[in-house]
Amino acid sequence: MNRLLPILTVLLAIVAIWYGAAVWMNAPWVRDQAARAETVLTTGDLVRQTLTLDRPVLPAPHQVAAGLWDGIAGQKITSKRSLVWHGWITLSATLAGFAIGTAAGILLAVGIVHNRAMDQSVMPWAVASQTVPILAIAPMVIVVFASAGVTGLLPKAIIAAWLSFFPVLVGMVKGLRTPDGMQLDLMRSWSASRAQVFWRLRLPSSLPYLFASLKVAIAAALVGTIVGELPAGATAGLGARLLSGSYYGQTVQIWSALFAAAILAAALVALIGAAERLTLRRMGLAR
Amino acid sequence: MTAIQARDVSLTFQTADGPVHALKDVSLTIDQGDFVSFIGPSGCGKTTFLRAIAALETPTAGTLEVAGMTPDQARRRRAYGYVFQAPGLYPWRTIAGNISLPLEIMGFGRADRAQRTRRVLDLVDLAGFGGKYPWQLSGGMQQRASIARALAFDADILLMDEPFGALDEIVRDRLNEALLDLWKKTGKTIGFVTHSIPEAVYLSTRIVVMSPRPGRITRVIDSPLPRDRPLEIRDTPEFIALAHQVREGLREGHGYD
Repeated sequence: MNRLLPILTVLLAIVAIWYGAAVWMNAPWVRDQAARAETVLTTGDLVRQTLTLDRPVLPAPHQVAAGLWDGIAGQKITSKRSLVWHGWITLSATLAGFAIGTAAGILLAVGIVHNRAMDQSVMPWAVASQTVPILAIAPMVIVVFASAGVTGLLPKAIIAAWLSFFPVLVGMVKGLRTPDGMQLDLMRSWSASRAQVFWRLRLPSSLPYLFASLKVAIAAALVGTIVGELPAGATAGLGARLLSGSYYGQTVQIWSALFAAAILAAALVALIGAAERLTLRRMGLAR
Repeated sequence: MTAIQARDVSLTFQTADGPVHALKDVSLTIDQGDFVSFIGPSGCGKTTFLRAIAALETPTAGTLEVAGMTPDQARRRRAYGYVFQAPGLYPWRTIAGNISLPLEIMGFGRADRAQRTRRVLDLVDLAGFGGKYPWQLSGGMQQRASIARALAFDADILLMDEPFGALDEIVRDRLNEALLDLWKKTGKTIGFVTHSIPEAVYLSTRIVVMSPRPGRITRVIDSPLPRDRPLEIRDTPEFIALAHQVREGLREGHGYD
């Protein structure tokens, strides 16, 4: 209860501010309409109407909640209006991209730690890859893949992997290098091979770093996937839902998709957090 | 039988501030079954010498033989076990798992590993602790486990680099006693680096006094103490005289400072 109270207070404050903002931002439109119809609005009317508009500038929290509920529970999950369906499209590409990105990040890190040439050449390129705006890259990836006849999950997964490999790479390079000189000397005194040092010492030592990176990577993979769904032509996924909402001024739809994405991201990060706690506690590495 | 033989061994590190002579013309013969302590101030090369024996450093001049082989060959033949100042146990392995780690790396079979692990746990008085994790053990017990790990593959030589340096005096006394007991039981050749004069005098059959800049041996003192040494031996005149000799040797080395 002691911890819940501050959280609830903050939540309540946000909702209150949101309602205030909704009234304030939607009021010009409502007043305009009233002026045209030559009716006089009471304050009560004004507030009621600003919070129930079909296409508000800023939808009220209960409208977003209703939109979210309708999208998740109110539709058949095979329907194109179902957020579950769109969410699954996004999630599957996110997971595929996350898997590719994680594998690439780990492999590059292993290369960097074990090979001097890679140590000196890979990192600058990896950093450069992240400085390119993903919004500029995404449409090109989609177009290039589409011209080769590949559409759907894979191009989006590539964009997700593009964003998610980097935190894994940085974390794993650090993690694989955590064993100190003494630990490595011990291994040497037993004439251990590099593979033995890797599997028995470096990899287990790196796990705390890996999990920290995975949390960043999965969120980045989701962002990458949604960005990959924005270019014209995409009809499925939370990104497409965002885009079509903005075409038709369906702000409730936009906000619902936004919240669906946020909930998805939170769930994914929580899932990795749970795996992290479980693994590290079993390994005696929990802090 | 000679276990370790060094002839005019020199080791120079090239650093940004110019060469550092960690060892200069070090010659020493260690017989099988000897307990040899290396004592001296920081920078005298005692750890470097131990690491050179273990082929963790390579001398820049001179010859070094371990069990009649080069240090590299000796390492591949599992001629020595090395104990560092920190136990360096893996937190994700049990004590038994930690002890069998070198055995896994060296390719011992499963049954052999279990049997060896049990035997060395007995030897360091940790029977029954094999299933515990390192964090469940005290610092002294962890260091004993690391000694057991170094003994598991039956090397004839045990190299110890300030193994009890991080422990408090009471624990240290008990471990010194236990180490002597272990040495008597196994007949290993032990090379032992320490900062402590009483520790060196209590444990060793030979005490090698070293001094820095360049790292060299200034005195080798053969201990007249019997091999059976209760802790009380430290109050005898022989012990005190020996400690005095070591202290003089250390002072000699500092004569130029």
